[in-house]
Amino acid sequence: MKTRENLARKIVFVVLFILALAWGYPVFMILINSLKGDTFISTNSVFELPNSGSFVGLKNYTNALGSKGFAAAFGYSLIITVTSDVLILICTSMCAWYITRVKGVLSKLCYALFVFSMVVPFQMLMFTLSSTADRLDLDTPFNICIIYLGFGAGLAVFMFTGFMKSIPLEIEEAAMIDGCNPLQTFFQIVLPILKPTLISVAILETMWLWNDYLLPYLVLDRKKYMTIPILIQYFRGSYGHVEMGPMMACIMMTVLPIIILYICLQKYIIKGVIAGAVKG
Amino acid sequence: MEKAIRKYWPIFVLPTLVAFSVGFIYPFVQGLYLSFCKFTTIKKVTFNGIDNYAYAIQDSGFWHSFWFTALFTVVSTVLINVIAFAIALALTNKIKGSNVYRTVFFMPNLIGGIVLGYIWQILLNCVLSLMEKPLLALNATYGFIGLIILMCWQQIGYMMIIYIAGLQSIPDDYIEAAKIDGATTGQILFRIKIPNVMPSITICTFLTITNGFKLFDQNLALTGGEPAHASEMLALNIYNTFYSRTGPQWKGYGQAKAVIFCIMVIIISMIQLRITKSREVQQ
Repeated sequence: MKTRENLARKIVFVVLFILALAWGYPVFMILINSLKGDTFISTNSVFELPNSGSFVGLKNYTNALGSKGFAAAFGYSLIITVTSDVLILICTSMCAWYITRVKGVLSKLCYALFVFSMVVPFQMLMFTLSSTADRLDLDTPFNICIIYLGFGAGLAVFMFTGFMKSIPLEIEEAAMIDGCNPLQTFFQIVLPILKPTLISVAILETMWLWNDYLLPYLVLDRKKYMTIPILIQYFRGSYGHVEMGPMMACIMMTVLPIIILYICLQKYIIKGVIAGAVKG
Repeated sequence: MEKAIRKYWPIFVLPTLVAFSVGFIYPFVQGLYLSFCKFTTIKKVTFNGIDNYAYAIQDSGFWHSFWFTALFTVVSTVLINVIAFAIALALTNKIKGSNVYRTVFFMPNLIGGIVLGYIWQILLNCVLSLMEKPLLALNATYGFIGLIILMCWQQIGYMMIIYIAGLQSIPDDYIEAAKIDGATTGQILFRIKIPNVMPSITICTFLTITNGFKLFDQNLALTGGEPAHASEMLALNIYNTFYSRTGPQWKGYGQAKAVIFCIMVIIISMIQLRITKSREVQQ
């Protein structure tokens, strides 16, 4: 009995190990190819480790950073993600607090609309949203965050209200009796209590914002601004010769910051995913 | 207290509400209206009744993409959930290094659909050409299999996390009591573990269904709908109707398809809500 269990354990261990290798392999493949010279990346050699002939060190990385608008795209992606994240967190948490604390038609209607907006697929809005953004001059990386606030409000408000219902009213009432106005109460009492949910929402929104392709592709003025996903799709789709080396380096530089961030914030990310799933 | 807060509504609610109107309500209503119109830009609009819908329903490409999407959704939902649950079971079973595995399996979720699609296109095309088989863009069957592999790779980690949370919330007493009563591993799995993680199973099933149904980025990046729209899913079909055709009629057709697509997604979500609610009553 014991030996059979041990054997089963070993099999499970081996299977998991092989799966983990398969999971890591695609990223590893990009990594090894990003270190090879352009001419050495071909169908037959793509699985080979770089050798003394094909190894070019970080040349692809410096090439990619130096040209191709990668640095600009990285910057735009960063600006969009950060500004939208901050705006979404502040505005939707305030809105959610109002909705949970004030009962009325406005609150109920808002909540229903927010929940509804989570369901609607982007294709339904893509044409009208991009023309609206165009007319209101929201087509730059600096103010696209307003579109993101509108489109991303649903999930954020939903998660915040779910958590706020469990905060006891007494704390806020005590603060109000002590002379806080609603703004002070919110920023000094409610927001600190919300911290775990703030982190969860921030993570879910960041995962979406950083990787979003279609919305910025349609909304942004494409000739002037590209985010990283747009840039990668653009190079891939362009006809003619694509320089594979710098391309691999671009992908690596897109993926690495997220992986490093993930390893640092793992605990919160996993909590955020679970919270999002249970509520959603 | 409620009264005091109520006065502050312009500060608390208005910013979000304005952005929400610009980013969602107005485009949604306008989109609904435009689905009954012929238009190329927002300014040149002529009403044409249900012509767009009549076209959308007769469009064989739309139906092909619908069946492609439906098949993809069913296959990916089953595979992702079974494998994710199996991994979650293994990892909650005091395996060495389970944290490392969890980290590795979850990682692909952080990479965006476009980049994922590109990585897998390079990888799969190299494998296919070494096997002397046609490339992804030339054979819809390989395109389908490629999409399934890609989605499994991306989503299993996410679902696994949810299943692990579900499995860990089962009190140890249940399992110990069953063991003392002489239950086998299989009985523990089917009689105790699975019934107790039913909420997680419902959530994961619907997440994978809606993700599969709405899939766009990965489809665009991996196969681009090639060959000849054969591996095109619904979202991509709508996108192509909008943006890759010239002619005054196409945008209206695209918008009508988008409304139909939206209704399908709403129906799926309502079924989900119904099932989740009925389970809450039982518990």
